[in-house]
Amino acid sequence: MSPLRTSAMIASIAPEGARTVAAPFGHALVALAAGRPEIVGMTADLARYTDLHIFAEAHPDRFYQMGMAEQLLFGAAAGLAREGFVPFATTYGVFASRRAYDFIYMAIAEERLDVKIACALPGLTTGYGPSHQATDDLAIFRSVPGLVVIDPCDALEIEQATAAIAAHRGPVYMRLLRGKVPLVLDRYDYRFELGRAAELRPGNDVLFVSTGLLTMRALEAAERLEADGIGAAVLHVSTIKPLDTQTILDAVGASGRLVVVAENHSVIGGLGEAVAAALLSQGVRCDFRHIGLPDAFLDAGALPTLHDRYGISTDAIVARVKSWL
Amino acid sequence: MALAPAGPPSNLELPLDVAGLAAMARQNRLDAARMFMVAGNGHFGSCFSCAEIVTVLYFAAMRVDPLRPDWPDRDRFILGKGHAAPALYSGLIRRGFIPEGWIDEYEARVGARLMTHPSRRYQPGVDASQGALGHGLSIGVGMALDARLAGRDCVTYVLMGDGETNEGSVWEAAASAAKFRLGNLVGIVDCNGLSVDGRLAEVMPMEPFADKWRAFGWNVIRLDGHDLPALVEALQPPRRDDGPPTVVLADTVKGKGVSFMEDVRAWHADAITAEQYARVVAELGASP
Amino acid sequence: MQTSPPSSNLDVTLAHLRRRARNIREYAIRMGAVQGQGYVGQALGIADVLAVAYCYALRLRPDDPGWAERDRFLLSAGHYAIALYAALIEAGVLPKDEFETYGADDSRLPMSGMAHYTPGMEITGGSLGHGLPIAIGRCLGLRRKQSPAFVYNLMSDGELDEGATWEAALSASHFGLGKLIVIVDVNNQQADGPSTKMLGFEPLVEKWQAFGWLAWRCDGNDLGALVQAFDAARMSAEPKPRVIICDTRMGCGVPFLEAREKTHFIRVEPEEWALALEALGEASA
Repeated sequence: MSPLRTSAMIASIAPEGARTVAAPFGHALVALAAGRPEIVGMTADLARYTDLHIFAEAHPDRFYQMGMAEQLLFGAAAGLAREGFVPFATTYGVFASRRAYDFIYMAIAEERLDVKIACALPGLTTGYGPSHQATDDLAIFRSVPGLVVIDPCDALEIEQATAAIAAHRGPVYMRLLRGKVPLVLDRYDYRFELGRAAELRPGNDVLFVSTGLLTMRALEAAERLEADGIGAAVLHVSTIKPLDTQTILDAVGASGRLVVVAENHSVIGGLGEAVAAALLSQGVRCDFRHIGLPDAFLDAGALPTLHDRYGISTDAIVARVKSWL
Repeated sequence: MALAPAGPPSNLELPLDVAGLAAMARQNRLDAARMFMVAGNGHFGSCFSCAEIVTVLYFAAMRVDPLRPDWPDRDRFILGKGHAAPALYSGLIRRGFIPEGWIDEYEARVGARLMTHPSRRYQPGVDASQGALGHGLSIGVGMALDARLAGRDCVTYVLMGDGETNEGSVWEAAASAAKFRLGNLVGIVDCNGLSVDGRLAEVMPMEPFADKWRAFGWNVIRLDGHDLPALVEALQPPRRDDGPPTVVLADTVKGKGVSFMEDVRAWHADAITAEQYARVVAELGASP
Repeated sequence: MQTSPPSSNLDVTLAHLRRRARNIREYAIRMGAVQGQGYVGQALGIADVLAVAYCYALRLRPDDPGWAERDRFLLSAGHYAIALYAALIEAGVLPKDEFETYGADDSRLPMSGMAHYTPGMEITGGSLGHGLPIAIGRCLGLRRKQSPAFVYNLMSDGELDEGATWEAALSASHFGLGKLIVIVDVNNQQADGPSTKMLGFEPLVEKWQAFGWLAWRCDGNDLGALVQAFDAARMSAEPKPRVIICDTRMGCGVPFLEAREKTHFIRVEPEEWALALEALGEASA
């Protein structure tokens, strides 16, 4: 049996044969920029790996390469925003949330500036090891007052969310998938709305409350569970902050379903803890389970293996749900 | 972790002379290429540009003992540009720290002992785990300070990429090394002129590079990073710890040694086919 | 208030600036007295620089602190806010009696500069090392708008330890930001002791020049030297960013404070505030 190759700087998270769209973020930004001259693009030597190179090629006079310097990137983004521009600043999630956190917190968020932070390699989407795996970015950015935090699911949502965050006044952190991004939500009559959770499919036995990549997995798991006579609903929560607590509370409600929060993020500080806190503080009780990455420095290696190991592959999700029922 | 070290090859007589170093640098590139073939992709450009530097360190300059990777008086090496790990792995293999068989494990599975970035947990002979860039020199400052406190006569070497020196943390470390007069710290910058997004001169130029280091209080040596005699001389610092630190600015060619990779941005990191691998090996002058 | 061209009558200018600087010192001391504490040492040291900036060099409209064409003055050293407020009062941006609210609840004058609290405060300071990266963005934005406005960034010498400063320095040179003027206050004091014992940042002029900047160094408490430096920094036609390194003396203007043992957060006893004001009165004769 040939060993699984690591997919280091993963070009596509899509399984073989899946439908994909190339660089939805880059193309969406180019289209938006045509009608809005105040939009500029900035990066810290990662244009190529965040799909911003597409914007750079289309609008070279509106693209700023800041070199490998993340604190500078976000400080300068704040400066441009104060002069009336709307900067889209890209890097990897790890570098925004760790290296440059102080600048995002104080220079951008505290002054409520119109900066859109778009970051690739969310959660476990690279085999490069902890230096590149942003397993804690949602926890970190949830704590920033006034910062909108989004974890989109697929190419369709990235395209729509890019437009939505450009229209939103104020700072935003959005996770990104780059390269060939899977397309899934077009089959679910879905339209992104900032701050709104949406039920993608109904089901009577299990309620997935999921975000980002794990909504894709939850949908796949739901189909497999249905074939085994288990009804699984999927509530997609792509806006982590502000959290659409009302929709979540209503969905959990008195339905008596097994509630499974699923996220491509540490079990600490992300969607799971946010949902648990919301439910408990409103006195809503349910059978609550949490699928997420462990509180550990994750291994480097091939993604399919790692996703299985950490319980976020579709196979693992199906098995875990069945064991909980 | 207790791992039986491989031990040095019995016919290894150190330091190697120039002919020996040249052959070992070629071996370094061949080993790295083999690892990339096993994995299906790799940072060719970044590894090939520093093959001579790593070779001179492990086969001429550094005092290390493959049978005692934790020997307290050993010279230390930090690969700040962690994505060039295969170049380091080859040095460690040929010097006797780790067995040659590990090449076939490179990125082969979760739990393999050789991964994209070096790790102290898994690899004897590695002094610091790396990956994020911009950290290496700061860690090196700490090691050099530790050596002084413990009264040890050893040198700490830190190899960085030129793009990496865009990072402010490098200049924080540079200022502190000068302030602490860390004569036992040697920085090496692999100046291959290319970063992820293109020519460094367009992304964020560092010239006049020597002037910057000098203004920060460092001794500067600038040389051709593929010139073995020059590297041998430059990397033998006086073993005293009270004096300015030294930086060696090594002008290199990214992807050196393989014609279709030399100075090509796209070979920062890419996949490799069997045909390409055969060409790489043929150009490096050995049978696969 | 329009930009002053290089003065043809330097003596008149200097006499005028001497009075302004004295007044800035007075407001700073009064604010310190209100709270019983404050970064008064730094304020007294930087008063001459601020006088030259706000009463000579900067293009401002006191009644319209957000005027689109204003020169921007970024206070990267947020703890110098007490000095900046004094300058803003002296420049007519803030009303004279506002100093009484310094550091109080719901005041527009918090101890550490906050952009949205105070008219004329361009950035939120406090963390240190932020001003220069933000200034890069300001300059890039102003260039897009083809604005002639200058961007000034006042930093303390300790901020030179921060890596972000050098990331920004590289970038300013790469982008040829000729409208950027950085002022570095070299008073040789940081929270943990003398700056030279912290990281030791000399040789400063050579560092900035190696990073592609035009650099001047002067006595930061010599108004004539400051006027010359500001003129040179504004007038140079080279497409390079500019830095003026100012050697200042903490407590300058109040002899007994200047003589006091140098500490980052100067100690002033309750009865000494009035004495400081008196000393100021004498010094400005």
